[in-house]
Amino acid sequence: MRRPAAPKREGRRRVLVAIAALVLTLAAVTRALSGPRGEADTPRPTSLSAQRQGSASSTSARDTAPIDLTGYWVSYVTENWRYRMVTPAKGEYRRIPASPAALPIIAAWDPAADERAGEQCKSYGAGAIMSVPGRLHITWQDANTLRIDTDAGTQTRLVRFTDGAPASTAPPTWQGESVGRWERVPAPDTGGSLSVVTSRLRAGYLRKNGVPYSDRATVSEHFDVAPLPDGGQLLLVNTTVEDPVYLNGPYIVSPHFKKESDGSRWDPTPCSSTW
Amino acid sequence: MLIDLVGPRAALGLVIVGLAGAVVFAQAGQSVLPGRFEIAGSWNPLGTEDVQNDSVPVDYLGLAMTDEARARALSYDESQKSMIERQCQGWGAAYAVLGPFGLRISTQPDATTNRIVSYTIDAWEDWNGMTIWMDGRPHPSEHALHTQAGFTTGRWEGGALAAHTTHVKAGFIRKTGVPLSDQATIDWRFFRHGDVLTVLMVARDPIYLVEPEIISKGFRLSQAALDYRDPCVPSFEGPEPGDPVPHYAPGQNPFVNEFVELYHLPREAVLGYRETLYPEYRKTIKDTYVPPPPCTADCGVAGNFVRRRGP
Repeated sequence: MRRPAAPKREGRRRVLVAIAALVLTLAAVTRALSGPRGEADTPRPTSLSAQRQGSASSTSARDTAPIDLTGYWVSYVTENWRYRMVTPAKGEYRRIPASPAALPIIAAWDPAADERAGEQCKSYGAGAIMSVPGRLHITWQDANTLRIDTDAGTQTRLVRFTDGAPASTAPPTWQGESVGRWERVPAPDTGGSLSVVTSRLRAGYLRKNGVPYSDRATVSEHFDVAPLPDGGQLLLVNTTVEDPVYLNGPYIVSPHFKKESDGSRWDPTPCSSTW
Repeated sequence: MLIDLVGPRAALGLVIVGLAGAVVFAQAGQSVLPGRFEIAGSWNPLGTEDVQNDSVPVDYLGLAMTDEARARALSYDESQKSMIERQCQGWGAAYAVLGPFGLRISTQPDATTNRIVSYTIDAWEDWNGMTIWMDGRPHPSEHALHTQAGFTTGRWEGGALAAHTTHVKAGFIRKTGVPLSDQATIDWRFFRHGDVLTVLMVARDPIYLVEPEIISKGFRLSQAALDYRDPCVPSFEGPEPGDPVPHYAPGQNPFVNEFVELYHLPREAVLGYRETLYPEYRKTIKDTYVPPPPCTADCGVAGNFVRRRGP
């Protein structure tokens, strides 16, 4: 049955309601579509606290890791070979933005004196350790602490996934205190990066030949993984050392590691100030 | 209520139109897509890592070369680049991270859809630049033309821009004459953390490399636009047309020990043997290595500096 024709006022009302409905539909669907993507408009690192809010069942750094860093990794020394695989000449600090205050220390480098003073680990501190040729063994010490052991120098780094800067009053150490944070790629993509900031360092060397960093230095790192064409995996550690005392600017390097299937080649060696 | 007011057909039509419009609106309104970062811009090289060492003639440190590659590299005379027909030959794709220059990267969107078709890394005077095709096009036939830049496709993956290069022209992977064949392929990853762009290059070559050459080079976002596009203009640099191609016969390279003696480096490392890239190698030379004498001049200069011996 044909409906009776509506009066003109009723027609205008219908048009207005239709327009309003269209606008509301647009707004609702746009919001729904841009939900996860909208977060990407202002990409920001996902903090552990944010991860905790996002998941009731898996709240630890270990359980919410966007990438797997655990396992054995071996240095693949294709860059800075001359500064890493052998001890460079005394006094050489090429490619390091050393400050004037660093120059007398560089000139006075005495590895035997370091050895006698029990400071043979100065070139194995967090400012340099990832560039020292060797192997990494990365494990979870607990649900919120990533442990990085190195066989070169037999060092251990602990990356704690806690909010804020370390509040420790303990004396500075070679590896300092590291705070980690996952930087997650917004959904629907997957992956991410580990950001680590290390402070409370004992003064050390950026290179074996005595180019110094002070106990006021901070080390900022990003750990990224990438697949290799042959099916292997690569770990890239972007490292920025900043030191208001001995550096004129940030010193940035990016050593890389290949993943190994097991620890059969793990070979802990003690620190040495000469080699 | 909507059905009552406008009728069932009109209501359904409105909802469909609304949904379609919302999809278009939502996609067009995104400034940054998930897992992606702005890569376009000018990027200065950090210069804090040594990827080509000092450009001393026989320097293959950090490479895993085949015997054939070593033989070819030792026959190389850098005077080849002074020949008028080779001056503008340029370097291959790998030079993006091996060269001393920064990167100027731009985006090419489709004029209609505004989707990104490609990224371009601009050329330098001795490098042909690189286009990274992002539109899903396939790589050309294996019989297609090989060029210095090669053919590169890319995609966003795990928060990085991943790219793959094929169809490179036979050339070099280091300026000291280490060859790269036209069968080589290169995989790239571009990571960005703050204002630092790290470019990871993994070059494979079944002819000249025993293991991939892996280089990660850092760049910092520059506020000033970089432009290295000076035209290459050949000029007389010594060799005359018709002269033989400069080279060294087997066993005749006079520079074979230069780098070894300059820094007291092990010869097998300088000549690019695979085992020298791994930590175990340090243990084999620990007792025989003699450090070079203390540095007395230009000890802190950055860049492609060559500390030559005296006359």
